[in-house]
Amino acid sequence: MPRSDVAVTDRLESLSILDEYGNLDRELEPQLSETQLRDLYRAMLLGRRFDERMLDLQRQGRIGTFPPIKGQEASQMGAVFPLRPGDWFVPAFRETAAEIWRGRTLESIILYFNGFNEGALLPDTQKDLPIAIPVGSQVLHAVGLGWAARYRRTDEIVMVFFGDGATSQGDFHEGLNFAAVYQLPVVFVCQNNQWAISVPVSRQTHTPTLAQKAHAYGMPGIRVDGNDVLAVYAAAVEAAERARSGGGPTLIECVTYRLMMHTTADDPKRYRSDEEVALWQQRDPLPRFAAYLQQKGTVTEPQLAEIETRVMEEIQAAVEAAEKRMQELDDPLAMFDHLYAEMPPQLLAQKSALARELADAGKEVDDE
Amino acid sequence: MSKMTMVQAINLALRQEMANDDRVVLLGEDIGRDGGVFRVTEGLIDTFGPERVLDTPLAESAIAGMAVGMAIYGLRPVCEIQFSGFAYHCFHQLESHAARLRWRSQGRLSVPMVLRAPYGGGVRALEHHSESREAYWAHTPGLKTVIPSGPRTARALMVSAIRDPDPVIFYEAKGLYRAFREEVPDDEETMPIGQSQIVREGRDLTMIAYGAMIRPVLDAAEELRATDGVEAEVIDLLTISPLDETLMLQSVTRTGRAMVIHEAPRSFGPGAEIVARLMEGAFYSLEAPIARVTGYDLIIPYFSREKWYIPNVRRIVDAARRTLTN
Repeated sequence: MPRSDVAVTDRLESLSILDEYGNLDRELEPQLSETQLRDLYRAMLLGRRFDERMLDLQRQGRIGTFPPIKGQEASQMGAVFPLRPGDWFVPAFRETAAEIWRGRTLESIILYFNGFNEGALLPDTQKDLPIAIPVGSQVLHAVGLGWAARYRRTDEIVMVFFGDGATSQGDFHEGLNFAAVYQLPVVFVCQNNQWAISVPVSRQTHTPTLAQKAHAYGMPGIRVDGNDVLAVYAAAVEAAERARSGGGPTLIECVTYRLMMHTTADDPKRYRSDEEVALWQQRDPLPRFAAYLQQKGTVTEPQLAEIETRVMEEIQAAVEAAEKRMQELDDPLAMFDHLYAEMPPQLLAQKSALARELADAGKEVDDE
Repeated sequence: MSKMTMVQAINLALRQEMANDDRVVLLGEDIGRDGGVFRVTEGLIDTFGPERVLDTPLAESAIAGMAVGMAIYGLRPVCEIQFSGFAYHCFHQLESHAARLRWRSQGRLSVPMVLRAPYGGGVRALEHHSESREAYWAHTPGLKTVIPSGPRTARALMVSAIRDPDPVIFYEAKGLYRAFREEVPDDEETMPIGQSQIVREGRDLTMIAYGAMIRPVLDAAEELRATDGVEAEVIDLLTISPLDETLMLQSVTRTGRAMVIHEAPRSFGPGAEIVARLMEGAFYSLEAPIARVTGYDLIIPYFSREKWYIPNVRRIVDAARRTLTN
């Protein structure tokens, strides 16, 4: 009598549809049109090739520090793909492929990572938040957006991304708890890429999965192969439908891997083995998906090559446009823009002082 | 003596204090195997083991809050917050607990912890990685805020901070980490917290600064000597709070002119407090209004424009000339 079992929700599923050896579970295979499949592949490839180009640019000193996404294309694209344009997308900072899919321009990303505030400008049509660098802090914003979406009687949902490290932050707990208490239309997507800089996920949590944390908040959780874009997509569709139909939030744990460094300032050789990286390279989401598309007859080898060519052209054009634009963005006074809706008097005075300083400096240059 | 960078000097201070005192433990993100993202804790996990060099889960509030508990139980925790821009998560633990536990317990409990964090711009870093918000901590009663200006002061002040009976915020200018090498004594060296020092003597003008600003201020003083025949005295604060007003008042009473230079935003920044102290203590010696050369009241812009935000030699010299001709 004094000690008895308490019935708690503890059912946790793991989902894999297309494994690393190319095996496909036909019963679970999501019904995507050929156009959708090609769009999805193209978005993943664009994310991959743009990432590689960004790394080159960084190594050549043409942009500053940035966080590569390589290896995580499926986990973010599969998740974001079912979103409608009117839904909210709340990224952390390793969702570049998803950001581009949602409408952010490559040019703006280059500008941002080369230290121009102008690169933070998103198209007005995008219901997206800017990337959040302080780890986990964006989780709460997503919950607030979800609350507001319901208050406004919309059928919009919110999808928020974060990493395994973020689950250690208080904001993660607070956000999931609130969303579950109010049954808000939020999909929490954890890209568990195994490493928070040098700290492995085993040092972030003592539980065998991150997905199971959902149960403590009273929401469903699911663990998916994050390098299997079909599995991520299927889990995201289910979670999105639940959120949209008033069924409340879901936590999706995408088990994936950061193949590159945390940021270009990081040296992963200090803390992880080449063997581990090689193992995950075999699970690369892109060749797996490409092989699936070919087997299915969705694309032919020449069509894949064509997509590759178009993607490379798009990237080249964006790099050229960004470098041209950056040449034009030489006015330091722009730093005073957008801090307040209306600039307070002391800031106006400071801006004028800098303007005078620049004018004087310009005069001196002319005199010389 | 050996020549070392500020990174190496802080590492030396931590290593020696850990060897001297087994109550000293380090905690932070990536400080173990990775040696910290700036390598300040490089090699310490090999010498002292993972029980004394804790790679924590990613949770800054937990780092600060746990350090409070460790310190209450007699340990000497030294926290590393990877960038000061992420230290705001710690604010609640520091303001509500670390800073006031001695007071709240009527002296029965104390929190002898150190919270280290790199601050400041100039290294082409991403958003949230370049701010100077030392005023937040300096404004909090119960905390001490220390900002060294180079390898030697960083080493000596770190030792003092660890031994201090109260919580110390230790801001390290990341632009100085590898900017230059300095002779640092092998043997133990401490410096009193709450004491500034004169790093250049002069009779015409007193320049008050700290951290990464000391170098451009010294360059400006040299330019003023060479081109204007002006001898500026330069005071390196080293501790922002509690502020050493004795030395600055003595200096300004002699020179009659003063200016304050910091990277932090202007309004309500450390300069405002310094100017107020000078007005209270040296008003009748002043021959000109006190000048401030500071960051603007802005979030430091993304790095392509940060050089226009951070005070430079030119701006310091111009402000000095205005002060001198007044």
